This record gives sequence, C-alpha cells and structure tokens, in this order.
Amino acid sequence: MKILAFAEQRNGQFKKTAFEIVKAAKTTAEKINAEVIAVVVGNNIASIAGQLGGYGASKVIAVEDARLELYSTSAYSKVVAEIAKQESTEIVFFPASELGKDIAPRVAVKLQAGLAAGCTALIVENGTIKATRPVYAGKGLLDVSVTTGIKIFTLRPNVFTAGDSNGSTVAVETRKIELNEIDFAVVVKEVKAARGKKDVAEADIIVSGGRGLKGPENFAMIEDLAGSLGGAVGASRAVVDAGWRPHDEQVGQTGKTVSPSLYVAVAISGAVQHLAGMSSSKYIVAINKDRDAPIFSVADYGIVGDAFEVIPAITAEVKKLQGK
Amino acid sequence: MKILVFVNHVPDTETKVKVSADGKLIDPAGVNFMLNPYDEIAVEEALKTKQQFTGEVVVASLGGETNKETLRKALAMGCDKAVLLKDAAVRDSFAVASGLADYAKEYGADIIFFGKQSIDYDDSQVGGLVAEMLGMPSISVVVKLELNGGNIIAEREIEGGHEIVHSKLPAVITTQKGLNEPRYPSLKGIMDAKRKPIEEKTITSVASRVEVSALRKPAAKAAGKIVGTDASAAAELVRLLHEEAKVI
Ligand SMILES: Cc1cc2nc3c(=O)[nH]c(=O)nc-3n(C[C@H](O)[C@H](O)[C@H](O)COP(=O)(O)OP(=O)(O)OC[C@H]3O[C@@H](n4cnc5c(N)ncnc54)[C@H](O)[C@@H]3O)c2cc1C
Ligand SMILES: Nc1ncnc2c1ncn2[C@@H]1O[C@H](COP(=O)(O)O)[C@@H](O)[C@H]1O
Repeated sequence: MKILAFAEQRNGQFKKTAFEIVKAAKTTAEKINAEVIAVVVGNNIASIAGQLGGYGASKVIAVEDARLELYSTSAYSKVVAEIAKQESTEIVFFPASELGKDIAPRVAVKLQAGLAAGCTALIVENGTIKATRPVYAGKGLLDVSVTTGIKIFTLRPNVFTAGDSNGSTVAVETRKIELNEIDFAVVVKEVKAARGKKDVAEADIIVSGGRGLKGPENFAMIEDLAGSLGGAVGASRAVVDAGWRPHDEQVGQTGKTVSPSLYVAVAISGAVQHLAGMSSSKYIVAINKDRDAPIFSVADYGIVGDAFEVIPAITAEVKKLQGK
Repeated sequence: MKILVFVNHVPDTETKVKVSADGKLIDPAGVNFMLNPYDEIAVEEALKTKQQFTGEVVVASLGGETNKETLRKALAMGCDKAVLLKDAAVRDSFAVASGLADYAKEYGADIIFFGKQSIDYDDSQVGGLVAEMLGMPSISVVVKLELNGGNIIAEREIEGGHEIVHSKLPAVITTQKGLNEPRYPSLKGIMDAKRKPIEEKTITSVASRVEVSALRKPAAKAAGKIVGTDASAAAELVRLLHEEAKVI
C-alpha cells in the first residue's frame, strides 16, 4: 500500500503543512503497513524536496514545469491525479489549506475517490482509516470513513504536528507530466502578498482583538503584543464589519479557521461563530472585563480585567522574559 | 446570460447540537434552518451578474421539502426561478454534487455560483466537485470578480495574500465574504416570492462515498484558570504560558 502526501510549496519553499502532511501520512502508514510517497509540484523545486525524507517520505516525486511556477487549479489537479494513478496509491493526503481545499475535490472526481475534508484526527481501526472532523461550528465531531477504493483526506493545518526532522533526506525523482493548453484553463497570474504580515491561518501564535477595544487606533496594542510574541493579529467579525481591521484577519465561521498553539482573545465576547474558528487552538487565553463572557468557557487561562491596562503589562512581561 | 446559483439549507449558527437517535445526525427538532451565509453572497453575485449582462438567475437546492424556505429567501432577493432537486435522504458531498451536476448539465449555465462552504459540515467541496464533473474551470474563495466578455479575472483569498486568477466562461465560482454585501429582500420581493412557483425535480441518486459512524459532542473543556483581575496578573500569566503551557 502507498499513501501519497501532497507537500505544498510556494515560491520554492515548503509550507509548514508540507511537513505535517508527510508526518501524518507516515504515522498512518506505520499502522497499515504502507509506504509514504510525497509529491511536490512547481518549478525548480526538486532541490528542496529531499528534506521530506526526514519526516517519513520514502520517496519524493517532483513534478517541475515553468508553467507550474504559480498555482493552477486545473493543471495541479491533473498532475496530482496522474501521479496517484502512476503510483497506484490507494490513499491521498492534502492539507486543508486554500490550495488543498481547491484541488482535492477535483482530484477526487478524477480518481473516483471519496473525500473526507478538514480532518483533525486519524485513527486506524481494523485496517481502516477513521477520520474525525469538526462540524456545526465545532459543536459536534463527526467520525467518518471513506468507502471507495481510493480515499482522500484533507487535514486541518496546525493540528497534526510535524515535530522535528530526523535529519535524513531521500532521493528525489523528477517526473514530467504532459500538460496542454487546456490544462491551464484556470491560472494564477499574480500573487499579492498582504503587506508582509503573518497570516492567522498559518501563525503559531495569534493575538485577536474585538469590539471591546473601542476603535481601530487601539489595535496598536494588539500589534505590539503579537509582534513581541512573533505572532499574527486576528480580529472578531464585529471589528471587521466596522472596518477597523481587514477581512483577512477575521477568525470564525465566516472568517478563517485557525489552530495555533496559543490564541489570545482580547475584548472578544466569544460568540459561537467566533469559537467556531478558534476553539481547536491548543491554548486559549481570554482577556475580558466581563467574568461571564462566553470566551472564558473555552479559555485555559484568563484575566478578568481592562484590556487597556492588562495588554501593555503582558507585552512588557513578554519582553522581560525575552531579555529585551 | 444563463446564471445558476446553488444554495444549501443549514441549521442556524446558534443551534444547540443534539444527536439524533441513530447517533449519526443532528436531531432536527427545534432547529432553525436558514440560507447558508456564503450562499447568500453567491446569490447576490448572481444577481449583480444579471444586472451587468441581462439574462436570468435560477436558484437550485438539493434536499427535502423544507429547502423551499431557503429557495423562497433567494427568490425574495430577486432570483427569477427556483428549483428543488428533491432528495430527502441524507447524502455526502459527492452524492449532492452529482445531483447538482446533473441539473447543471440539463440547464446549461454560463456561470455557476456556489458558496465556498456550507456552515453545517464545513466540507468546502461541492463547488469543486461539480466543476470537475462538468469539466468546467473553477475559482474558489473569490473576493473580487470581474467578467469581461467571456473572460474572468478573479481574486481569491489565500494564506497571507490574494491570488489573481484568470479563466474563461463557462465556469464555477465559489464565493467568500468580502465579495459583496448581500441585499435584504424588499417587501415587494418577499410578496413576489410567495407567488413564484418552485419547480420540483427528482434526481437520480448515487451512493455516498463517505460514511458517518458517529456524531459526537466534543468533550467539555475543563474550567480554565482565572489568573487575576488586573494588570498585576500579567507576570503570572506570562510565567504560566512559558513554564506550564510552554507555548512562549
Ligand atoms: C452567520 C454569522 C456568522 C458569523 N461569523 C463570525 C465570524 O466568523 N467571526 C466572528 O468573530 N464573529 C462572527 N459572527 C458574529 C458573532 O456572532 C459576534 O457578533 C461577534 O463575534 C462579536 O464580536 P466581539 O466579540 O468583538 O464583540 P462583542 O460581542 O461586542 O464583545 C465585546 C467584548 O469586549 C469586552 N470588553 C469591552 N471593553 C473591554 C475592555 N476595556 N477590556 C476588556 N474587555 C472589554 C466585553 O465584555 C465583550 O465581551 C457571525 C455571526 C453570524 C450571524
Ligand atoms: N444540498 C445542496 N443543495 C444545493 N447546493 C448545495 C448543497 N450542498 C452544498 N451546496 C453548495 O455547495 C457549496 C459548498 O458546500 P460544502 O461542500 O457542503 O461545504 C455551498 O455553499 C452551496 O453553494
């Protein structure tokens, strides 16, 4: 048996999810006596691919083409489906990133595979993979299995830990997949980076602010704390709707789903739609002046107090800890 | 232009999850259902597209009789015609997509709008599945859309930025918050919607590919620790995060 692990790269660099996917594939493979094949798609990427061996890939296939430099839904999905067919893999893992969520359904149709999306846990029971996925804004967990011959799983980023590489590298095989004009029916022409800031969907630490901060100018305090922790700034919908913060910072049901190691919710009440996006964070800290705010019901640590006093004090303590 | 928009009927977000007797589904008793919030954005974009090019907007939903409420809401927003693809059984995204793709083929749309995800199961797959089944290009998580003749220039949201995507009609678009502000149905729209017929079609159902063994409630989190009630607690909080949680 083989598990194909899709290792996402952008600009010739692996996303953190690439290591998570390969490692999760390896952990699963050990239980079903399978081998992990990693696939990397892009341009000039073979040179970075060998390191996937350190996370459990026993082989890496790099598909390189100048036209694959930027993402194309149609071309990337064809490439991955072709590799899965050539390798006769029964199982395919993708990250549930914007790229992974975009191609996984298309690959599923091409391979006539069932797709379990956004999984947060995988177990093996009698040789079958059982996946768990949060539903109803995190208020339920669904245990599912895929019944088709080929099975596809997308895994929520930041949930499966990659750990450290064991230091080994593995041979990279470059492979050509024939691509025609029709395979580029959808192409990315340009990527606009968001002012070099960290995205909440990828950050390991997030400090989010809510309506209790009273105005956009007071987010400087949130930015300071996030900056000192090397994290990203997030926001509740209330402040995004008010135009205080850009939509790409919104965490929650109609924003982004995040699972950082540390989520600090500042002056956010903790409405169910907000919790939907962040309740799978490993540690949650709530700073709110209302002891009864629902955010405290999911928080590991809380301070019931005025954010305007508490946040600068925390930032100062963090800097002290860092010896600054 | 023939514009098609697919909408899902989902429990509202305040719903308390109660597991049904078979242990696999939500117990629908007392649950309020609504038009999936992302699909509201899809409907709005469909209506805007019609304003730009003329033509008609058909809204369709696959499910039971109750999905008609959601179809009425879309009619009240201004869709021309509604179709219920009747299927009372519970299906996975693949089976739903297959029913939707059959209808889309029959209708022959120039552009098909979906929401980026249903907020019940957060699957984010039906749009991509239907597009592939139809052999159409698809652009997902769109926050900006420009249609110019048959050409599409769209902006989709990705981690840390936006991608500018080019493609051509006919195509599938899945919508993300930020693309537009969905309109409220006008009183006249609501009255008109009551009179507009909802066409019903039976679909050829296919088997699900994902099998649910259980719907569970997540284990309740142990009560957190209130570290303090003012700024003097900051030092202790930082110590706990550093020494106990080991996250900073
Ligand atoms: C379909 C739908 C989708 C939604 N999607 C999302 C989503 O994706 N993300 C999201 O966040 N919301 C979402 N919402 C909105 C959600 O229901 C809440 O309205 C929103 O999260 C509230 O934001 P808030 O916590 O910032 O504001 P509020 O609820 O107004 O809370 C402000 C908090 O600040 C506290 N506070 C005030 N002053 C201070 C101070 N000086 N110091 C400390 N604390 C203070 C208050 O005690 C209060 O708890 C959605 C709603 C719907 C209906
Ligand atoms: N039963 C359904 N009927 C019509 N459209 C649907 C249905 N289920 C999902 N969709 C559409 O597919 C999108 C993505 O859904 P999902 O893949 O379930 O997250 C939704 O936003 C809807 O536009």
